[in-house]
Amino acid sequence: MTATNRPTKTFPLPSSITVVPGTENAQSAHPYYMQFSAEDDGKFWFYNSMHFPEPMSHFDMITAEGAYCALGASNTRVHCLPTTLGIDFRTINGRVYIGGNGVSDPDEIARRTEHFTQRAFYYYENWERLYAQWKDKMAALIREAQELPKPELPEFEPLANVHAGLGVASNQRLLDTYQRIIEGYFRMWHHHFEFLLLGYGAYLTFFDFCKKAFPEISDQTIARMVAGIEAEIFRPDEELKRLARSAVELGVHDEFGEGLSAEQILRSLEQRGLSGEAWLKELEISRNPWFNVNVGDGFYHYHRSWNDDLSLPFSALPGYIRRVQNGESLERPTQQLMRERDQLIQDYRELLSTEADRAVYDQMIHLAQRVFPYVEGHKFYCEHWYTNLFFNKIREFGALLAGHGFFPNTEDVFNLTRYELESAITDLMISWSTGAPPRGPSRWPSIVAERKAALQQWAKHDAAPALGPVPDIIEDPAIVMLWGITRENLDAWLRAGHEVDSNEIKGFAASQGVVEGVARVVKSVEEIGRLQQGDILVCHVTNPTWAPIFQKIAAAVSDIGGSMSHAAIVAREYALPAVVGTGTATQKIKDGQRIRVDGGRGVVTILA
Amino acid sequence: MRTNEIIGWFEDIGLSDRPLVGGKGGSLGELTKAGIAVPRGFVVMTGAFEASIAELERAGPVRSLVEALDPADLDATTGCSRALRARIEAEPLPLHVRDQISAALSALCPEDPLTPVAIRSSATTEDAEDASFAGLQDTYLWVKGAEDAIRFIRSCWASLYSLESITYRRRQNLPEAGVHMAVVVQRMVDARTAGVMFTRSPTTGDRSVITVEGAWGLGSAVVGGEVTPDRWVIGKITGEISTREISDKHIEHLPSPAGGVIEAETPDERRKAPSLSDEELQRLREIGRRVERHYGRPQDIEWAVDRSGEILLLQSRPETVWSSKDAAPVAAPTDNPLSHVMTIFGGRR
Repeated sequence: MTATNRPTKTFPLPSSITVVPGTENAQSAHPYYMQFSAEDDGKFWFYNSMHFPEPMSHFDMITAEGAYCALGASNTRVHCLPTTLGIDFRTINGRVYIGGNGVSDPDEIARRTEHFTQRAFYYYENWERLYAQWKDKMAALIREAQELPKPELPEFEPLANVHAGLGVASNQRLLDTYQRIIEGYFRMWHHHFEFLLLGYGAYLTFFDFCKKAFPEISDQTIARMVAGIEAEIFRPDEELKRLARSAVELGVHDEFGEGLSAEQILRSLEQRGLSGEAWLKELEISRNPWFNVNVGDGFYHYHRSWNDDLSLPFSALPGYIRRVQNGESLERPTQQLMRERDQLIQDYRELLSTEADRAVYDQMIHLAQRVFPYVEGHKFYCEHWYTNLFFNKIREFGALLAGHGFFPNTEDVFNLTRYELESAITDLMISWSTGAPPRGPSRWPSIVAERKAALQQWAKHDAAPALGPVPDIIEDPAIVMLWGITRENLDAWLRAGHEVDSNEIKGFAASQGVVEGVARVVKSVEEIGRLQQGDILVCHVTNPTWAPIFQKIAAAVSDIGGSMSHAAIVAREYALPAVVGTGTATQKIKDGQRIRVDGGRGVVTILA
Repeated sequence: MRTNEIIGWFEDIGLSDRPLVGGKGGSLGELTKAGIAVPRGFVVMTGAFEASIAELERAGPVRSLVEALDPADLDATTGCSRALRARIEAEPLPLHVRDQISAALSALCPEDPLTPVAIRSSATTEDAEDASFAGLQDTYLWVKGAEDAIRFIRSCWASLYSLESITYRRRQNLPEAGVHMAVVVQRMVDARTAGVMFTRSPTTGDRSVITVEGAWGLGSAVVGGEVTPDRWVIGKITGEISTREISDKHIEHLPSPAGGVIEAETPDERRKAPSLSDEELQRLREIGRRVERHYGRPQDIEWAVDRSGEILLLQSRPETVWSSKDAAPVAAPTDNPLSHVMTIFGGRR
């Protein structure tokens, strides 16, 4: 069959997707530029379930706006990626669909290539200096967010402000603070993408070479060659282990009884005298900054940080303390891990047949290792630390508005879009200045209720994995790199639904080993507590904050993720079998079923 | 017993002795010296063959008869082959050759003269190892007693004068004076499981994996293609087992009480069970890596696991199919290492 008479494969067109009945108002509340329109039918879109696995509340759509605004700027205008511009996004029924804008005209690619080499190569050449500068910029941005005042409206302007001749009243500071945190959030995303594609690209260059030189090498092996040993993602868990050691050294370990809440433990430590005080001091050292990890990927306001909810880190402490008491040091053997990694690199190098290949291998791995600290490290500063500050600041506005009757609960603030929130703040500013009641309390409560109902409807509604015509090949390196989407994936999605039932689920082989056990299907982070020692974790996606539960489980399976995903990295660290990127494990596997996880082959088998 | 011009013990010989001990014998000696476990044994070296042919030549011409043949004359060649093979197999051996072989067998099997041994031809020239050089890959398993052993040694020698071998040499116009044969004699492994391993992928040529094929019983069932073996692919460096194909192994080769090998039906409970444990696979991997390192190139290895779980190598030879393609690099080094990233950013790949 030739290309010309091949039937055009297509997913449902965007125009054929209907808004879930009863949620039309919630849908239309999103800005016009996020809504699908007739022109969008000609383009291929896919549901970004990796970053947005659950329906988005209205405020949280700012994460898509900020991210794609910055990603596109970097690709299209800053580094001038030769074959791709930015990524478009739309939302329907709470889901985020994205589509790349490829460049296919050879002349245009050549023109962009010239720009690219002047820009990207400069970044590669000066990577360490620019990355050090990046860390300073992020630190400054974080500091700015920390220094923003808590939004408050006193009855009268404080006397000190008047005597100081500030000349700007508290209501104006509300708007200043709101605009500055929004601006800071968008800037954070620019920082996030400053290096990201270049970093992934250098890694993928090495990856690609390894796959050609060693056609049967596993993704996880390549990842192990490049991964950093002392990356930020290991730190929160390392801090917990440090705190466990410290509890034993200070003799306060008996306060960490299994089943006690974090509050109970903290209260008894406060009454424990000097040793309790000493441990609490250690806790403070760990908390700032390492407990600024959130229990999600930083794209939802309700993925709270360890600092905001100590229950997750504290639930891991009794287990670690027991191991310290059993004489385990819990220290990561970093020297040994580094030696093992170097040996691995050396061993594969030896297998190459020609001097030329060994030279290329050296060139590529050198670059990949140089760029990798950024690829691994940026998430802690961006999606975790800054994002926590951001959502908590919005939460303060929520508390203020709830206090003035705009809606019943603080968290309801996240049911407004960022524009609506600014209008509500402006409403409150006007009301404070006029002395008349605000208009919001008669407007927002019903809207908030309607939006909450819509979110529930959307959650019940399955989202199509992709929309529009299937492209012949995926040109966009960003889409291949960040989402792992290839033409083969798309064909598999098109076939889905026509397949016979099978008790085998395939995914990426993320960490080797074979284990059988009871599946614990954890659909959201709130359910982590259900995991028992020896269970197999089956989840949609994991992130660094889940690391402490890896001491409990026998294996991990996820719907989303590749060999460099957090679940994969942490599983290898704990030497647990893991299969990631299965697509459907949380749907196909039922809680309590016995399953077998073969992490070397990337296969999960449902046994009973 | 020491190595002399007739008998070469594995621990005394290596690949450089190939003209005297043949490729198989040299390889087994090399493995022994490298500290790899192989079943103990010795080579009946080309000296023994030469002495025996010299004895035959005294009774009547041998090599000149062959050299005079026209390979196109099938009748004459067939007749000559038959006659020479019969003489090699029947006429008495020179006394000192016979005594040396008997003494070596006693030294190899001191506990019982009927301890089973394997007798395998060991060709001295590169092309003779080629499978196309038919008739030279003789192997006699589970041979008991000196008399049978000597008989099969002479069968190996006689195979040099098979119709195919003679025709091949005449067509190539090879001088008969250079035609020798060594024979390996080694203790049999009572194999629980046996098979082959390639220290690269036979399908992709990938040097970072080891492919293992194995089945119950003696390796002859796998090598002869009479059973579908279990198959595993293991990361050479990482030990990851990325493929496990457990087949239905309906038969197995077992030693016959009377000597030789019989084919038996595999008991049901073992037919579809893996014939190697993960731990054994990892030990095989280690051995495969050591052998490959020793030779400096990928190997094609025959192995057996005995009833006590010990792994022994029966043969190792260089892999040939992919090795010829190794010279082509995957990518060329560049003056600016950064330009490699264009494979990702530069467009269609």
